[in-house]
Amino acid sequence: MSEIPSTLFTETPHWRWLIVFYFFLGGIAGGAYVIAALIDLFGPLRFRPLARLGYLVAFPLVVICGFLLTVDLGRPERFWHMLFASETLRPIIKWWSPMSVGAWALLVFGFFSLLSFLAVLTEDGRLRRWPALARLRPAGILGTIVVILGGLLGLFIAGYTGVLLAVTNRPIWADTHLLGLLFVISGASTAAALLMLLARRRPVVDAEGLHSLERFDSSMLVLELLALLALIISLGGMARLWLNAWGVLLFLGVVVLGIIVPLLLYRRPRAGGLATAGAAVLVLLGGFLLRVVIILSTERV
Amino acid sequence: MAEPMGFFTDTTVCIGCKACEVACKEWNQLPAANGGVNTLSGDSYDNTRRLDGLHWRHVKFVEQFPTDRTGGRWLLMSDVCKHCVQAGCLEVCPTGAIIRTEFDTVVIQSDVCNGCRDCIGACPFGVIDINPVSGTAQKCTLCYDRLQVGLEPACSKACPTDSINFGTITDLRKRAEARVGQLRAQGENRAHLYGADDKMLGGLNSFFLLVDRPEVYGLPPDPKMPSRNLKPSSWMTVLGGVLVGLAGLVSFRTRGSRP
Repeated sequence: MSEIPSTLFTETPHWRWLIVFYFFLGGIAGGAYVIAALIDLFGPLRFRPLARLGYLVAFPLVVICGFLLTVDLGRPERFWHMLFASETLRPIIKWWSPMSVGAWALLVFGFFSLLSFLAVLTEDGRLRRWPALARLRPAGILGTIVVILGGLLGLFIAGYTGVLLAVTNRPIWADTHLLGLLFVISGASTAAALLMLLARRRPVVDAEGLHSLERFDSSMLVLELLALLALIISLGGMARLWLNAWGVLLFLGVVVLGIIVPLLLYRRPRAGGLATAGAAVLVLLGGFLLRVVIILSTERV
Repeated sequence: MAEPMGFFTDTTVCIGCKACEVACKEWNQLPAANGGVNTLSGDSYDNTRRLDGLHWRHVKFVEQFPTDRTGGRWLLMSDVCKHCVQAGCLEVCPTGAIIRTEFDTVVIQSDVCNGCRDCIGACPFGVIDINPVSGTAQKCTLCYDRLQVGLEPACSKACPTDSINFGTITDLRKRAEARVGQLRAQGENRAHLYGADDKMLGGLNSFFLLVDRPEVYGLPPDPKMPSRNLKPSSWMTVLGGVLVGLAGLVSFRTRGSRP
Protein backbone atom coordinates (compact mmCIF):
# COMPACT_ATOMS: atom_id res chain seq x y z
CA MET A 1 0.00 0.00 0.00
CA SER A 2 1.44 3.35 -0.99
CA GLU A 3 2.06 6.07 1.55
CA ILE A 4 -0.66 8.71 1.93
CA PRO A 5 0.75 12.19 1.10
CA SER A 6 1.60 14.05 4.30
CA THR A 7 -0.13 17.26 3.19
CA LEU A 8 -3.46 15.47 3.58
CA PHE A 9 -3.09 15.37 7.37
CA THR A 10 -3.28 19.13 7.84
CA GLU A 11 -5.98 21.64 8.67
CA THR A 12 -7.39 24.41 6.49
CA PRO A 13 -6.58 28.00 7.54
CA HIS A 14 -10.13 28.99 6.52
CA TRP A 15 -8.96 31.57 4.02
CA ARG A 16 -12.18 32.12 2.11
CA TRP A 17 -13.96 34.77 0.04
CA LEU A 18 -12.25 37.84 1.51
CA ILE A 19 -8.91 36.27 0.66
CA VAL A 20 -10.13 35.20 -2.79
CA PHE A 21 -11.04 38.84 -3.47
CA TYR A 22 -7.75 40.03 -2.01
CA PHE A 23 -5.74 37.70 -4.25
CA PHE A 24 -7.77 38.85 -7.26
CA LEU A 25 -7.67 42.60 -6.58
CA GLY A 26 -4.09 42.50 -5.31
CA GLY A 27 -3.07 40.84 -8.57
CA ILE A 28 -4.81 43.57 -10.56
CA ALA A 29 -3.34 46.37 -8.42
CA GLY A 30 0.20 45.05 -8.79
CA GLY A 31 -0.29 44.22 -12.45
CA ALA A 32 -1.82 47.61 -13.30
CA TYR A 33 1.11 49.43 -11.71
CA VAL A 34 3.62 47.21 -13.51
CA ILE A 35 1.95 47.82 -16.87
CA ALA A 36 1.81 51.57 -16.24
CA ALA A 37 5.48 51.59 -15.24
CA LEU A 38 6.49 49.55 -18.31
CA ILE A 39 4.60 51.94 -20.60
CA ASP A 40 6.09 55.01 -18.91
CA LEU A 41 9.60 53.56 -19.10
CA PHE A 42 9.60 51.99 -22.56
CA GLY A 43 6.51 53.14 -24.46
CA PRO A 44 6.06 56.16 -26.69
CA LEU A 45 4.68 59.38 -25.25
CA ARG A 46 1.30 58.93 -26.89
CA PHE A 47 0.71 55.85 -24.68
CA ARG A 48 0.97 57.99 -21.56
CA PRO A 49 -2.80 58.34 -21.01
CA LEU A 50 -2.94 54.53 -20.87
CA ALA A 51 -0.25 54.39 -18.18
CA ARG A 52 -2.14 57.10 -16.30
CA LEU A 53 -5.11 54.74 -15.97
CA GLY A 54 -2.85 52.09 -14.45
CA TYR A 55 -1.71 54.39 -11.65
CA LEU A 56 -5.27 55.60 -11.07
CA VAL A 57 -6.45 52.02 -10.61
CA ALA A 58 -3.56 50.68 -8.51
CA PHE A 59 -3.80 52.89 -5.43
CA PRO A 60 -7.54 52.59 -4.68
CA LEU A 61 -7.28 48.82 -5.17
CA VAL A 62 -4.40 48.55 -2.69
CA VAL A 63 -6.49 50.43 -0.14
CA ILE A 64 -9.34 47.96 -0.67
CA CYS A 65 -6.84 45.09 -0.32
CA GLY A 66 -5.63 46.36 3.03
CA PHE A 67 -9.23 46.65 4.16
CA LEU A 68 -10.08 43.08 3.05
CA LEU A 69 -7.04 41.65 4.84
CA THR A 70 -7.81 43.51 8.04
CA VAL A 71 -11.45 42.42 8.11
CA ASP A 72 -10.38 38.82 7.51
CA LEU A 73 -8.29 38.69 10.69
CA GLY A 74 -9.67 36.99 13.77
CA ARG A 75 -8.77 40.18 15.64
CA PRO A 76 -8.92 43.05 13.11
CA GLU A 77 -7.91 45.67 15.68
CA ARG A 78 -4.54 43.93 15.94
CA PHE A 79 -3.72 44.26 12.23
CA TRP A 80 -0.64 46.29 13.13
CA HIS A 81 0.84 43.31 14.99
CA MET A 82 1.87 42.16 11.48
CA LEU A 83 4.28 45.08 11.27
CA PHE A 84 5.31 45.93 14.82
CA ALA A 85 5.94 43.74 17.85
CA SER A 86 3.01 44.55 20.10
CA GLU A 87 5.08 44.61 23.28
CA THR A 88 8.17 46.57 22.22
CA LEU A 89 6.66 48.42 19.21
CA ARG A 90 9.77 47.50 17.27
CA PRO A 91 9.30 46.63 13.58
CA ILE A 92 8.97 42.88 13.08
CA ILE A 93 9.85 41.31 9.76
CA LYS A 94 10.64 37.65 9.06
CA TRP A 95 12.05 37.38 5.55
CA TRP A 96 11.33 33.64 5.50
CA SER A 97 7.61 34.14 6.19
CA PRO A 98 5.67 35.32 3.10
CA MET A 99 2.88 36.54 5.40
CA SER A 100 5.29 38.83 7.22
CA VAL A 101 7.12 40.10 4.13
CA GLY A 102 3.81 40.43 2.28
CA ALA A 103 2.34 42.68 4.96
CA TRP A 104 5.34 45.00 4.69
CA ALA A 105 5.37 44.84 0.90
CA LEU A 106 1.69 45.81 0.78
CA LEU A 107 2.41 48.82 2.97
CA VAL A 108 5.39 49.95 0.90
CA PHE A 109 3.64 49.25 -2.40
CA GLY A 110 0.71 51.27 -1.08
CA PHE A 111 3.11 54.14 -0.47
CA PHE A 112 4.59 54.00 -3.97
CA SER A 113 1.20 53.64 -5.63
CA LEU A 114 0.05 56.68 -3.64
CA LEU A 115 3.02 58.69 -4.97
CA SER A 116 2.16 57.76 -8.54
CA PHE A 117 -1.53 58.40 -7.91
CA LEU A 118 -0.74 61.91 -6.66
CA ALA A 119 1.61 62.52 -9.58
CA VAL A 120 -1.18 61.67 -12.03
CA LEU A 121 -3.70 63.90 -10.26
CA THR A 122 -1.20 66.74 -10.30
CA GLU A 123 -0.51 66.23 -14.00
CA ASP A 124 -4.25 66.26 -14.63
CA GLY A 125 -4.50 69.60 -12.86
CA ARG A 126 -6.90 68.16 -10.30
CA LEU A 127 -4.34 68.60 -7.56
CA ARG A 128 -2.76 72.03 -7.71
CA ARG A 129 -1.20 72.47 -4.31
CA TRP A 130 2.25 70.97 -4.91
CA PRO A 131 3.10 71.09 -8.63
CA ALA A 132 6.37 69.32 -7.84
CA LEU A 133 4.41 66.09 -7.28
CA ALA A 134 4.17 65.70 -11.05
CA ARG A 135 7.89 64.90 -11.03
CA LEU A 136 7.10 61.58 -9.30
CA ARG A 137 6.31 60.21 -12.75
CA PRO A 138 8.87 59.69 -15.55
CA ALA A 139 10.66 60.89 -17.62
CA GLY A 140 12.62 62.66 -14.84
CA ILE A 141 15.15 60.80 -12.67
CA LEU A 142 12.94 60.91 -9.58
CA GLY A 143 9.87 59.66 -11.45
CA THR A 144 11.90 56.88 -13.08
CA ILE A 145 13.17 55.69 -9.69
CA VAL A 146 9.64 55.78 -8.23
CA VAL A 147 8.06 53.70 -10.98
CA ILE A 148 10.94 51.19 -11.11
CA LEU A 149 10.68 50.53 -7.36
CA GLY A 150 6.89 50.64 -7.45
CA GLY A 151 6.84 48.30 -10.44
CA LEU A 152 9.08 45.75 -8.72
CA LEU A 153 6.85 45.93 -5.64
CA GLY A 154 3.81 45.53 -7.89
CA LEU A 155 5.25 42.29 -9.27
CA PHE A 156 5.89 41.19 -5.71
CA ILE A 157 2.32 41.90 -4.62
CA ALA A 158 0.90 40.07 -7.62
CA GLY A 159 3.08 37.00 -7.03
CA TYR A 160 3.90 36.57 -3.36
CA THR A 161 0.42 35.26 -2.63
CA GLY A 162 1.32 32.11 -4.53
CA VAL A 163 4.46 31.68 -2.40
CA LEU A 164 2.34 32.31 0.70
CA LEU A 165 0.15 29.34 -0.22
CA ALA A 166 3.21 27.21 -1.01
CA VAL A 167 4.86 27.91 2.33
CA THR A 168 2.29 25.86 4.23
CA ASN A 169 1.64 22.15 4.48
CA ARG A 170 -1.69 22.17 2.68
CA PRO A 171 -2.51 19.82 -0.21
CA ILE A 172 -2.08 21.32 -3.70
CA TRP A 173 -0.69 24.62 -2.29
CA ALA A 174 2.45 23.00 -0.86
CA ASP A 175 2.64 20.35 -3.59
CA THR A 176 3.78 22.67 -6.41
CA HIS A 177 6.27 25.52 -6.85
CA LEU A 178 4.37 27.26 -9.62
CA LEU A 179 1.54 29.14 -7.88
CA GLY A 180 3.53 32.38 -7.56
CA LEU A 181 4.54 32.26 -11.22
CA LEU A 182 0.92 31.62 -12.22
CA PHE A 183 -0.38 34.47 -10.07
CA VAL A 184 2.13 37.02 -11.40
CA ILE A 185 1.16 36.21 -14.96
CA SER A 186 -2.54 36.14 -14.17
CA GLY A 187 -2.25 39.42 -12.23
CA ALA A 188 -0.65 41.14 -15.22
CA SER A 189 -3.25 39.62 -17.54
CA THR A 190 -6.29 40.65 -15.47
CA ALA A 191 -4.81 44.14 -15.01
CA ALA A 192 -4.35 44.52 -18.76
CA ALA A 193 -7.98 43.43 -19.25
CA LEU A 194 -9.26 45.97 -16.75
CA LEU A 195 -7.19 48.75 -18.35
CA MET A 196 -8.59 47.81 -21.75
CA LEU A 197 -12.12 48.14 -20.43
CA LEU A 198 -11.35 51.50 -18.85
CA ALA A 199 -9.51 52.80 -21.92
CA ARG A 200 -12.29 51.92 -24.34
CA ARG A 201 -14.16 54.95 -25.60
CA ARG A 202 -11.59 57.35 -24.23
CA PRO A 203 -10.47 59.41 -27.19
CA VAL A 204 -7.25 60.45 -25.43
CA VAL A 205 -6.11 56.84 -25.44
CA ASP A 206 -4.25 56.03 -28.60
CA ALA A 207 -5.76 53.14 -30.62
CA GLU A 208 -2.30 51.72 -31.08
CA GLY A 209 -1.83 51.82 -27.32
CA LEU A 210 -4.96 49.76 -26.88
CA HIS A 211 -3.69 47.37 -29.50
CA SER A 212 -0.37 46.97 -27.70
CA LEU A 213 -2.29 46.19 -24.50
CA GLU A 214 -4.15 43.47 -26.40
CA ARG A 215 -0.88 42.04 -27.65
CA PHE A 216 0.50 42.11 -24.13
CA ASP A 217 -2.55 40.33 -22.72
CA SER A 218 -2.44 37.73 -25.49
CA SER A 219 1.12 36.83 -24.55
CA MET A 220 0.12 36.73 -20.86
CA LEU A 221 -2.76 34.37 -21.62
CA VAL A 222 -0.51 32.00 -23.57
CA LEU A 223 1.98 32.02 -20.70
CA GLU A 224 -0.81 31.49 -18.19
CA LEU A 225 -2.05 28.46 -20.10
CA LEU A 226 1.45 26.99 -20.15
CA ALA A 227 1.97 27.77 -16.46
CA LEU A 228 -1.32 26.14 -15.54
CA LEU A 229 -0.43 23.05 -17.55
CA ALA A 230 2.99 22.88 -15.89
CA LEU A 231 1.36 23.35 -12.49
CA ILE A 232 -1.02 20.44 -13.00
CA ILE A 233 1.87 18.24 -14.16
CA SER A 234 3.94 19.31 -11.14
CA LEU A 235 1.11 18.27 -8.82
CA GLY A 236 1.50 14.67 -9.98
CA GLY A 237 -0.88 12.37 -8.12
CA MET A 238 -2.25 15.25 -6.04
CA ALA A 239 -3.96 16.61 -9.18
CA ARG A 240 -6.55 13.90 -8.45
CA LEU A 241 -8.02 16.30 -5.89
CA TRP A 242 -9.35 18.28 -8.86
CA LEU A 243 -11.14 15.31 -10.43
CA ASN A 244 -14.48 16.76 -9.36
CA ALA A 245 -16.55 19.94 -9.78
CA TRP A 246 -13.46 22.05 -9.03
CA GLY A 247 -11.65 20.56 -12.00
CA VAL A 248 -14.65 21.27 -14.21
CA LEU A 249 -14.67 24.88 -13.02
CA LEU A 250 -10.94 25.13 -13.62
CA PHE A 251 -11.23 23.76 -17.13
CA LEU A 252 -14.42 25.48 -18.29
CA GLY A 253 -14.19 28.71 -16.29
CA VAL A 254 -10.47 29.40 -16.25
CA VAL A 255 -9.05 27.62 -19.30
CA VAL A 256 -11.89 27.80 -21.83
CA LEU A 257 -13.76 30.98 -20.88
CA GLY A 258 -10.87 32.82 -19.25
CA ILE A 259 -8.01 31.99 -21.61
CA ILE A 260 -8.94 30.27 -24.89
CA VAL A 261 -12.05 32.31 -25.82
CA PRO A 262 -10.35 35.68 -25.08
CA LEU A 263 -7.31 34.58 -27.12
CA LEU A 264 -9.60 33.89 -30.08
CA LEU A 265 -11.43 37.20 -29.60
CA TYR A 266 -8.14 39.13 -29.48
CA ARG A 267 -7.28 37.73 -32.89
CA ARG A 268 -10.09 39.73 -34.47
CA PRO A 269 -8.62 42.67 -36.32
CA ARG A 270 -10.26 45.77 -34.84
CA ALA A 271 -8.86 46.78 -31.46
CA GLY A 272 -11.18 48.41 -28.95
CA GLY A 273 -14.37 46.93 -30.40
CA LEU A 274 -16.98 44.87 -28.68
CA ALA A 275 -14.88 41.73 -29.11
CA THR A 276 -12.08 43.30 -27.10
CA ALA A 277 -14.44 44.32 -24.34
CA GLY A 278 -15.94 40.83 -24.23
CA ALA A 279 -12.50 39.27 -24.11
CA ALA A 280 -11.45 41.59 -21.28
CA VAL A 281 -14.52 40.74 -19.21
CA LEU A 282 -13.84 37.02 -19.70
CA VAL A 283 -10.19 37.43 -18.72
CA LEU A 284 -11.26 39.12 -15.48
CA LEU A 285 -13.79 36.36 -14.81
CA GLY A 286 -11.18 33.68 -15.50
CA GLY A 287 -8.64 35.34 -13.23
CA PHE A 288 -11.20 35.47 -10.45
CA LEU A 289 -12.24 31.84 -10.89
CA LEU A 290 -8.58 30.76 -10.91
CA ARG A 291 -8.22 32.11 -7.37
CA VAL A 292 -11.56 30.66 -6.32
CA VAL A 293 -10.46 27.19 -7.41
CA ILE A 294 -6.93 27.39 -5.98
CA ILE A 295 -8.02 28.73 -2.60
CA LEU A 296 -11.38 27.07 -1.98
CA SER A 297 -10.82 23.64 -3.54
CA THR A 298 -8.51 22.63 -0.69
CA GLU A 299 -10.90 23.80 2.03
CA ARG A 300 -12.55 20.43 2.65
CA VAL A 301 -9.64 18.17 1.85
CA MET B 1 17.24 27.58 30.17
CA ALA B 2 15.54 24.65 31.78
CA GLU B 3 15.92 21.19 30.32
CA PRO B 4 13.72 20.42 27.29
CA MET B 5 10.44 18.97 28.53
CA GLY B 6 7.74 17.06 26.72
CA PHE B 7 5.25 14.24 26.53
CA PHE B 8 5.73 10.58 25.70
CA THR B 9 2.32 9.14 24.86
CA ASP B 10 2.21 5.35 24.99
CA THR B 11 -0.88 4.53 22.95
CA THR B 12 -0.85 0.85 23.97
CA VAL B 13 -2.10 1.60 27.48
CA CYS B 14 -4.62 4.31 26.59
CA ILE B 15 -8.14 3.22 27.56
CA GLY B 16 -9.94 6.12 25.88
CA CYS B 17 -11.33 7.55 29.13
CA LYS B 18 -10.72 11.13 27.96
CA ALA B 19 -9.70 12.27 31.43
CA CYS B 20 -6.86 14.16 29.71
CA GLU B 21 -9.32 16.05 27.52
CA VAL B 22 -11.39 17.04 30.54
CA ALA B 23 -8.39 18.01 32.66
CA CYS B 24 -7.03 20.11 29.80
CA LYS B 25 -10.33 21.90 29.32
CA GLU B 26 -10.71 22.55 33.04
CA TRP B 27 -7.22 23.88 33.62
CA ASN B 28 -7.12 26.00 30.50
CA GLN B 29 -10.72 27.18 30.98
CA LEU B 30 -11.73 26.09 27.50
CA PRO B 31 -15.50 26.31 27.02
CA ALA B 32 -17.65 23.56 25.57
CA ALA B 33 -18.09 23.63 21.82
CA ASN B 34 -21.46 24.31 20.23
CA GLY B 35 -22.71 26.20 23.29
CA GLY B 36 -22.65 23.03 25.36
CA VAL B 37 -25.22 21.26 23.17
CA ASN B 38 -24.10 17.67 22.69
CA THR B 39 -23.59 16.63 19.09
CA LEU B 40 -22.71 13.06 18.17
CA SER B 41 -20.21 12.25 15.45
CA GLY B 42 -22.49 9.43 14.32
CA ASP B 43 -19.76 7.15 13.01
CA SER B 44 -17.61 6.65 16.09
CA TYR B 45 -17.71 6.47 19.86
CA ASP B 46 -15.46 9.54 19.73
CA ASN B 47 -17.44 12.76 19.66
CA THR B 48 -14.55 15.23 20.02
CA ARG B 49 -13.48 14.42 16.45
CA ARG B 50 -10.34 16.54 16.19
CA LEU B 51 -7.93 18.97 17.78
CA ASP B 52 -8.93 22.61 17.40
CA GLY B 53 -8.98 25.93 19.22
CA LEU B 54 -11.24 24.56 21.95
CA HIS B 55 -9.74 21.04 22.15
CA TRP B 56 -6.03 20.92 22.92
CA ARG B 57 -6.07 17.21 23.78
CA HIS B 58 -8.06 14.73 21.74
CA VAL B 59 -8.29 11.01 22.36
CA LYS B 60 -8.50 9.51 18.90
CA PHE B 61 -10.53 6.32 18.55
CA VAL B 62 -9.32 4.16 15.69
CA GLU B 63 -12.07 1.58 15.47
CA GLN B 64 -11.05 -1.26 13.16
CA PHE B 65 -13.87 -3.73 12.76
CA PRO B 66 -14.72 -5.91 9.77
CA THR B 67 -18.32 -5.68 8.60
CA ASP B 68 -19.18 -9.13 9.93
CA ARG B 69 -17.83 -8.15 13.37
CA THR B 70 -15.83 -11.37 13.73
CA GLY B 71 -12.62 -9.68 14.80
CA GLY B 72 -11.51 -6.16 15.31
CA ARG B 73 -9.44 -3.94 17.52
CA TRP B 74 -9.40 -0.52 19.13
CA LEU B 75 -6.43 1.78 18.75
CA LEU B 76 -6.62 4.70 21.16
CA MET B 77 -4.30 7.65 21.06
CA SER B 78 -4.39 10.87 23.03
CA ASP B 79 -3.33 13.39 20.39
CA VAL B 80 -1.79 16.76 21.18
CA CYS B 81 0.54 19.45 19.80
CA LYS B 82 3.88 17.82 18.95
CA HIS B 83 5.96 20.80 20.19
CA CYS B 84 8.30 20.27 17.23
CA VAL B 85 11.94 21.29 17.63
CA GLN B 86 11.62 22.71 14.10
CA ALA B 87 8.11 24.14 14.31
CA GLY B 88 6.33 25.14 11.10
CA CYS B 89 3.81 27.32 12.95
CA LEU B 90 6.48 29.31 14.73
CA GLU B 91 8.38 29.72 11.48
CA VAL B 92 5.57 31.41 9.54
CA CYS B 93 3.93 33.43 12.35
CA PRO B 94 4.22 37.08 11.23
CA THR B 95 3.37 38.68 14.58
CA GLY B 96 5.86 36.87 16.79
CA ALA B 97 2.93 35.50 18.79
CA ILE B 98 4.33 31.96 18.58
CA ILE B 99 7.38 31.53 20.77
CA ARG B 100 9.71 28.81 21.97
CA THR B 101 9.81 28.68 25.75
CA GLU B 102 12.66 27.92 28.13
CA PHE B 103 11.25 24.36 28.29
CA ASP B 104 11.76 23.96 24.51
CA THR B 105 7.99 23.93 24.02
CA VAL B 106 6.01 25.98 21.50
CA VAL B 107 3.43 28.44 22.83
CA ILE B 108 1.02 30.84 21.11
CA GLN B 109 0.67 34.10 23.04
CA SER B 110 -3.01 34.83 22.75
CA ASP B 111 -2.61 38.54 23.46
CA VAL B 112 -0.26 38.95 20.49
CA CYS B 113 -1.93 36.70 17.87
CA ASN B 114 -4.17 38.62 15.46
CA GLY B 115 -5.84 35.60 13.89
CA CYS B 116 -4.21 35.62 10.44
CA ARG B 117 -4.30 31.79 10.51
CA ASP B 118 -1.06 31.23 8.60
CA CYS B 119 0.06 28.83 11.35
CA ILE B 120 -3.01 26.63 10.87
CA GLY B 121 -2.04 25.72 7.32
CA ALA B 122 1.64 25.55 8.21
CA CYS B 123 1.31 22.94 10.97
CA PRO B 124 2.18 19.54 9.47
CA PHE B 125 -0.17 17.80 11.91
CA GLY B 126 -3.32 19.95 11.70
CA VAL B 127 -3.09 20.73 15.42
CA ILE B 128 -3.88 24.46 15.51
CA ASP B 129 -7.20 26.16 14.90
CA ILE B 130 -9.00 29.36 15.82
CA ASN B 131 -10.62 29.59 19.24
CA PRO B 132 -13.93 31.30 18.45
CA VAL B 133 -13.99 32.93 21.89
CA SER B 134 -10.66 34.75 21.59
CA GLY B 135 -10.56 35.03 17.79
CA THR B 136 -6.94 33.87 17.96
CA ALA B 137 -5.15 30.67 17.00
CA GLN B 138 -4.77 28.32 19.93
CA LYS B 139 -3.35 24.93 20.83
CA CYS B 140 -1.71 23.01 23.67
CA THR B 141 0.76 25.14 25.63
CA LEU B 142 2.17 22.08 27.38
CA CYS B 143 0.69 23.89 30.39
CA TYR B 144 3.34 26.59 30.29
CA ASP B 145 1.80 28.25 33.35
CA ARG B 146 1.99 25.03 35.37
CA LEU B 147 5.56 24.28 34.22
CA GLN B 148 6.68 27.70 35.38
CA VAL B 149 5.66 26.90 38.95
CA GLY B 150 7.00 23.34 38.91
CA LEU B 151 3.72 21.50 38.28
CA GLU B 152 3.24 18.83 35.63
CA PRO B 153 0.71 19.44 32.82
CA ALA B 154 -2.94 18.82 33.65
CA CYS B 155 -3.45 16.01 31.12
CA SER B 156 -0.54 13.82 32.20
CA LYS B 157 -1.43 14.44 35.83
CA ALA B 158 -4.96 13.19 35.17
CA CYS B 159 -4.04 10.19 33.01
CA PRO B 160 -4.99 7.09 35.05
CA THR B 161 -2.93 4.57 33.05
CA ASP B 162 0.23 6.61 32.54
CA SER B 163 -0.36 6.56 28.80
CA ILE B 164 0.66 10.23 28.90
CA ASN B 165 4.09 10.60 30.44
CA PHE B 166 5.60 13.97 31.22
CA GLY B 167 9.29 14.61 31.85
CA THR B 168 12.59 15.68 30.38
CA ILE B 169 13.08 14.61 26.78
CA THR B 170 16.22 12.62 27.67
CA ASP B 171 14.39 10.68 30.32
CA LEU B 172 11.24 10.17 28.22
CA ARG B 173 13.26 8.79 25.31
CA LYS B 174 14.90 6.23 27.61
CA ARG B 175 11.57 5.14 29.01
CA ALA B 176 10.06 4.93 25.53
CA GLU B 177 12.91 2.78 24.20
CA ALA B 178 12.55 0.44 27.18
CA ARG B 179 8.81 0.16 26.59
CA VAL B 180 9.32 -0.67 22.90
CA GLY B 181 11.80 -3.35 23.92
CA GLN B 182 9.34 -4.77 26.43
CA LEU B 183 6.49 -4.88 23.89
CA ARG B 184 8.70 -6.51 21.25
CA ALA B 185 9.83 -9.12 23.76
CA GLN B 186 6.18 -9.90 24.33
CA GLY B 187 5.66 -10.40 20.60
CA GLU B 188 4.22 -7.00 19.61
CA ASN B 189 6.71 -6.48 16.81
CA ARG B 190 4.92 -3.51 15.28
CA ALA B 191 5.67 -1.32 18.29
CA HIS B 192 7.73 1.71 17.27
CA LEU B 193 8.26 5.32 18.26
CA TYR B 194 6.95 8.24 16.21
CA GLY B 195 9.01 11.43 16.43
CA ALA B 196 11.30 10.33 19.25
CA ASP B 197 14.55 10.97 17.38
CA ASP B 198 15.91 14.08 15.69
CA LYS B 199 15.01 12.90 12.19
CA MET B 200 11.41 14.08 12.27
CA LEU B 201 11.34 17.93 12.32
CA GLY B 202 14.41 17.98 14.55
CA GLY B 203 12.51 15.82 17.02
CA LEU B 204 9.00 15.98 18.40
CA ASN B 205 8.99 17.03 22.04
CA SER B 206 5.68 15.26 22.22
CA PHE B 207 6.23 11.83 20.71
CA PHE B 208 4.25 8.61 20.54
CA LEU B 209 4.52 4.85 20.75
CA LEU B 210 2.44 3.30 17.97
CA VAL B 211 1.63 -0.28 16.98
CA ASP B 212 0.64 0.44 13.38
CA ARG B 213 1.63 2.78 10.56
CA PRO B 214 1.33 6.48 11.47
CA GLU B 215 -1.39 7.03 8.83
CA VAL B 216 -3.66 4.62 10.70
CA TYR B 217 -3.55 7.02 13.65
CA GLY B 218 -4.07 10.04 11.40
CA LEU B 219 -0.44 11.09 11.66
CA PRO B 220 1.51 12.19 8.55
CA PRO B 221 4.16 9.62 7.56
CA ASP B 222 6.63 12.32 6.49
CA PRO B 223 5.90 15.74 8.04
CA LYS B 224 7.95 18.60 6.62
CA MET B 225 8.69 22.27 7.24
CA PRO B 226 6.63 24.76 5.19
CA SER B 227 9.80 26.68 4.35
CA ARG B 228 11.02 23.84 2.12
CA ASN B 229 8.96 25.51 -0.62
CA LEU B 230 10.14 29.07 -0.03
CA LYS B 231 13.19 29.19 -2.31
CA PRO B 232 11.93 27.17 -5.28
CA SER B 233 8.57 28.97 -5.24
CA SER B 234 10.22 32.37 -4.96
CA TRP B 235 12.57 31.72 -7.88
CA MET B 236 9.70 30.54 -10.06
CA THR B 237 7.80 33.72 -9.13
CA VAL B 238 10.82 35.83 -10.09
CA LEU B 239 10.83 34.00 -13.42
CA GLY B 240 7.16 34.98 -13.79
CA GLY B 241 8.05 38.61 -13.09
CA VAL B 242 10.81 38.53 -15.70
CA LEU B 243 8.42 37.09 -18.27
CA VAL B 244 5.87 39.83 -17.54
CA GLY B 245 8.59 42.48 -17.88
CA LEU B 246 9.88 41.07 -21.17
CA ALA B 247 6.37 40.78 -22.62
CA GLY B 248 5.73 44.40 -21.64
CA LEU B 249 8.96 45.49 -23.24
CA VAL B 250 8.09 43.76 -26.50
CA SER B 251 4.45 44.92 -26.50
CA PHE B 252 4.81 48.55 -25.50
CA ARG B 253 8.01 49.52 -27.29
CA THR B 254 6.40 50.23 -30.63
CA ARG B 255 8.99 49.29 -33.20
CA GLY B 256 11.66 51.46 -31.66
CA SER B 257 9.76 54.66 -32.40
CA ARG B 258 9.88 57.03 -29.44
CA PRO B 259 8.50 60.34 -30.58
